Amino acid sequence: MALRKTGYLTKEELMNLNLYPSEKRFKKGPVAIIECIEEIPCNPCEVACKFKAIKIGKPITNIPILDESLCIGCGLCIAKCPGLAIFTIDKTYSDEEGLISFPYEYLPLPITDSIVEAVNREGKVVSSGKVIKVLNIKSFDRTPVVTIAIPKEKLDEVRGIKRLKSKDSK
Amino acid sequence: MIKKEVVVIGGGPSGLSAAVEAAKKGAEVLVVDENLRAGGQLFKQIHKFFGSSAHQAGVRGIDIASELLEEARECGVEVWLNSAVVGLFKEKKVTIKKTLADNSEKLEIIQAKKIVIAAGASENAVRFKGWTLPGVIGAGAAQTMINVNRVLPGKRILMIGSGNVGLIVSYQLLQAGAEVVGVVEAAPQIGGYGVHAAKIRRAGIPIYTSHTILEAKGVKGVEEAVICEVNDKWQPIKGTEKVFKVDTITIAAGLKPLIELAMMHDCKCSFIPQLGGWVPLHDENMESTNPGIYLVGDVTGVEEANTALEEGRLAGTAIAEALKYISLEDAGKLKKEIWHRLNELRMGPFGEARMLAKNNILTACKI
Repeated sequence: MALRKTGYLTKEELMNLNLYPSEKRFKKGPVAIIECIEEIPCNPCEVACKFKAIKIGKPITNIPILDESLCIGCGLCIAKCPGLAIFTIDKTYSDEEGLISFPYEYLPLPITDSIVEAVNREGKVVSSGKVIKVLNIKSFDRTPVVTIAIPKEKLDEVRGIKRLKSKDSK
Repeated sequence: MIKKEVVVIGGGPSGLSAAVEAAKKGAEVLVVDENLRAGGQLFKQIHKFFGSSAHQAGVRGIDIASELLEEARECGVEVWLNSAVVGLFKEKKVTIKKTLADNSEKLEIIQAKKIVIAAGASENAVRFKGWTLPGVIGAGAAQTMINVNRVLPGKRILMIGSGNVGLIVSYQLLQAGAEVVGVVEAAPQIGGYGVHAAKIRRAGIPIYTSHTILEAKGVKGVEEAVICEVNDKWQPIKGTEKVFKVDTITIAAGLKPLIELAMMHDCKCSFIPQLGGWVPLHDENMESTNPGIYLVGDVTGVEEANTALEEGRLAGTAIAEALKYISLEDAGKLKKEIWHRLNELRMGPFGEARMLAKNNILTACKI
């Protein structure tokens, strides 16, 4: 598995494992993507989903499978994943742009409406993006979830933003 | 001489959960820890734990620690902090250098009925040219500095080792505001979980597999680190040197169980590399080859906090049974549930080797 050498997955690997939502599903609205492909004893995502869209079962080392017909892309699972491996994508946001929501446990947090540099799974900047929402509610237990708008064609690549400079860094 | 039914040596997750389980059933328990705070390694684990949701998966290590300490308090567990166990004698006498409220020290001898050794493990060193320069520290030490003491060990850091400790501490160093220039891994593949590696790759940190650290250079401290590629015989390949300007080199090359107390007390040990080296043997009750001495947590083999908590519960239950606070039948039911959870935590490609090793320990203990 390339992940063991490079430390990051590719969309192709996820698709080969049937772990990527179909384009048909993307056209219906926001949906979650669980980029978790190794057998580790872990199941908070299954318990987190109110719509029972995530299935792990027993043993808990099973890879989580998303039922795209049950998932509404609400994103509650994003903050629950200890591996920070869950994202939601909305390819229906506008004609040119889509939204991606991701966990972001760094300070400073981005500010709504600011422009940020969007990075792919390798940490390379591939696009600029606009911050649409930053959610840091108590039930997320200190895992803020950031939503940015980026060009649609970048949605399968972008999985985060470049770290912002701290205001009081020397 | 003070008499206590159960003395637990070490107040980390395994020791505390053993104490809580035994105390809940009615035993009189004393936990002794040489640190200023109980909780072991939990207090620096600021990340969310994996495992079963039914058993605190998704909860941050620091919160598990607070809950456990609160539970211990509520169960009436006595805790002596800043106090080291300096002697362990055959008749289950424990000698403790106790620090009193006014910071003076007193030597106490305790006669125990049951003893739990929950001493944990310590970090391995990796020796290379310049490794004694200030700035070369263990990854665990760096983690304590940033998450407990709130101090950065340095500003530009090279991480040696890509197991879960190396990956997680690299992430936490980033969170704390340091720059991590890379993770160096001698094996041809990354050691820790893919999701941990993915987090730091997303942050732009490169992972150099099949590389090793050659040298740390500097005058008063680390100023540069030199790494190079290794071949399939783990030998450095000339001409592949890469130089990084760093002020800190953190080493995450595994842990080894602190078995001295167990050894001194003639507990049979075995050398099991998959568990960190020499480990004391134990049976299904976590009892050593020395009746009345129990072993729990990383001292019995380096695993995780989740398994430490379960092993502690197992020993605590077995002790309550041995002291006749619960019936054989009730103990049997509880232990079965705990073993089910332990086996679940040791499943999958990352746990397999540990599962096998632990089964070998149980078998060896019967001989």
